[in-house]
Amino acid sequence: MTTATAPSLRSASSGLAGRRLKNNLATVLVTSCFLIALVPLVWLLWTVVSRGWSTITTSSWWTGDQRLVPDWHTSGGGVLNAIIGTVEQVLICSLISVPVAVLAAIYLVEYGRGRFRSAVTFMVDILTGVPSIVAALFIYALFIIKFNAQFSGLWVSFALVLLMIPVIVRTTEEMLKLVPNELREASYALGVTKWKTIARVVLPTAFSGILTGVVLGIARVAGETAPLLILVHYNPTKNSNPFNGDQASLPSFIFHEFPNAGNSASATKNPFTGQAETIKNYAAGRMWGAALTLIIIVMLLNLIARLVARRSKVSQ
Amino acid sequence: MSDADLKQTNNGVAPAGAPLDVRPRVHGEAMDGPTDPALRDFGHNVTDPTAPPVPQADPLLIGSEQPAGILVDDGPPVLGAGTSSIGGGRARIGDRIFVSLAQAAGGFIILLVVLVGAFLLWDAIPAIRDDKVNFFTSRDWLVTGATKGEAFGMVGLLWTTVLISVFALLIAVPIAIGIALFVTQYAPSRLARPVAYVVDLLAAIPSIIYGIWGITVLAPKLTPVQDGLSSALGWIPLFKDRNVPVGTVFNGSIVLAVMVLPIVTSISREVFERTPRPNIEAALALGATRWEMVRIAVLPFGRAGVVSGAMLGLGRALGETIAVTLVVRTAGNGAPFDWSIFGKGQTFAARIATGGDALFAHPGPFIAAGLVLFVLTFVVNALARSIVSRGEFPS
Repeated sequence: MTTATAPSLRSASSGLAGRRLKNNLATVLVTSCFLIALVPLVWLLWTVVSRGWSTITTSSWWTGDQRLVPDWHTSGGGVLNAIIGTVEQVLICSLISVPVAVLAAIYLVEYGRGRFRSAVTFMVDILTGVPSIVAALFIYALFIIKFNAQFSGLWVSFALVLLMIPVIVRTTEEMLKLVPNELREASYALGVTKWKTIARVVLPTAFSGILTGVVLGIARVAGETAPLLILVHYNPTKNSNPFNGDQASLPSFIFHEFPNAGNSASATKNPFTGQAETIKNYAAGRMWGAALTLIIIVMLLNLIARLVARRSKVSQ
Repeated sequence: MSDADLKQTNNGVAPAGAPLDVRPRVHGEAMDGPTDPALRDFGHNVTDPTAPPVPQADPLLIGSEQPAGILVDDGPPVLGAGTSSIGGGRARIGDRIFVSLAQAAGGFIILLVVLVGAFLLWDAIPAIRDDKVNFFTSRDWLVTGATKGEAFGMVGLLWTTVLISVFALLIAVPIAIGIALFVTQYAPSRLARPVAYVVDLLAAIPSIIYGIWGITVLAPKLTPVQDGLSSALGWIPLFKDRNVPVGTVFNGSIVLAVMVLPIVTSISREVFERTPRPNIEAALALGATRWEMVRIAVLPFGRAGVVSGAMLGLGRALGETIAVTLVVRTAGNGAPFDWSIFGKGQTFAARIATGGDALFAHPGPFIAAGLVLFVLTFVVNALARSIVSRGEFPS
């Protein structure tokens, strides 16, 4: 008896200090994990803001395009060609994705039964994981190869549809599930048909939640680059027709400036006047400027989504 | 007292002065209930002799004996509930249209995924058939856009894709678990929401910005880390120094780790939040420290969720395109196969994205690569979902 208790007592007393030490160590580790995650976020945001700020505050940035800016050592021009492309492509994408996704979510929550329902759920999950480049390749194989179509912003929108639908389906599904069943039952009890109940009671109740999903979906696809590489070419000139011709967008603007962003400034002689000149690199400024513009747009969309979600009639 | 007597008493008018026996009965014998008549009569003071007699309903009938306004079937049609003949036909058509629209939307999503697979397969098969080498075992990628006689295999791409993603997860998952524990178990509740929001912000940053930041800002800073690791562990082929200061697979993994961190974190957070309160309190009541409570109550409960979160992160990492394209340098056509994480490389997604003119001239090989990537992410995501739906944690 004594030989059994003595060591266990000793280990308990020395274990207490050990346990306390372990506990403190774990607390420090867990807290530092969060701090580690902060490092890239702050570092990245600081880089983009500090390097892009001077560019986006120039007068022509928001009003001009890159038509008159032939190379990396020419200054001036703006990002309007890219902003128009991004807005149009995302808008077309949303016009297709939102009805399909919301209806699919309604099916899953309000009607779905049995095998078909689980098939739809599964496919939404799979679609969530489809890489953007695969979505782009699919659209390329379907429209460019099969239908022999020309490059245009429209195909980018189509590829983005594949990426946007699952985001909206997931959020809408969650929001519809949060609508209390009593509301539906009250509506049925008043003799309202099911589809009118969904359209007039369920959807309005979940509206802000669905809107949050839509805005998050937009934010997700606005920064998507891969489809821009194989479905449309960069266009320095403003092209507001998404159905015809090459079109720039913010990510492809960044990608276009990237190869020259590392070129270093140098001193040269002007071949005509013979005077000494310095060649400066403006591509880097434009690249970070476009990155900052994109971050501002995406973060604004996220902020809007948060604010709309906060005003939601149904809450988590 | 038989059942018939009971019925009799309750159906008829209560005899004045005689208290109604409403005590609960077992086999006809009255059980001893409260003796206070007010309690016994459930508030209906039927014993008051001055009160008008209260008709008692048959207890075996629900509701009164007189038919009420509700009829379940037969009789004249009841308004509402979609069964009405007044405007009911139109309402039913509306319902039917709505159901089929909703079903069509669901069907469209299924069709979309099937079409993606079908079209990739359709264009990949002839390309793989024309391949000069075996697509599934070759490491070559000699593709210039000629329609015939090209040699391309997936092994090199597969190796880099898997290496970069797995290494990214090895970095991201422990940190994600740490953050999830911090948010759910350690941080004061006032702090938990902002912390979660900050980590979610990482997911909002477009991947191309991760790419340009990763190669121009982060990668140069990682060079000494790389040198240190390769000089310490260089005897392992995986960590052999390849003298590539920036743009290594290692750089790509770090950037990917940052990118998948929010996914893994949010799913881990969700499962840790669902740890049953009694488990936590039982652990604490037994004298466990906070860390011991986490180890015996929270972590075992959330294990399946963390694994599925990691799988989803893996799916994201495997398919990430533009960040990897910008960060990781390409070894070039016909370069020797490289095991090392400190060498150059190219993933499936990056190979397709940089296909350029060769892709536009003859997309076959790239579509074959895309098909493998699709299958890879499909399998990983399906696995992740099956872990979730197996019910190891409530979803």
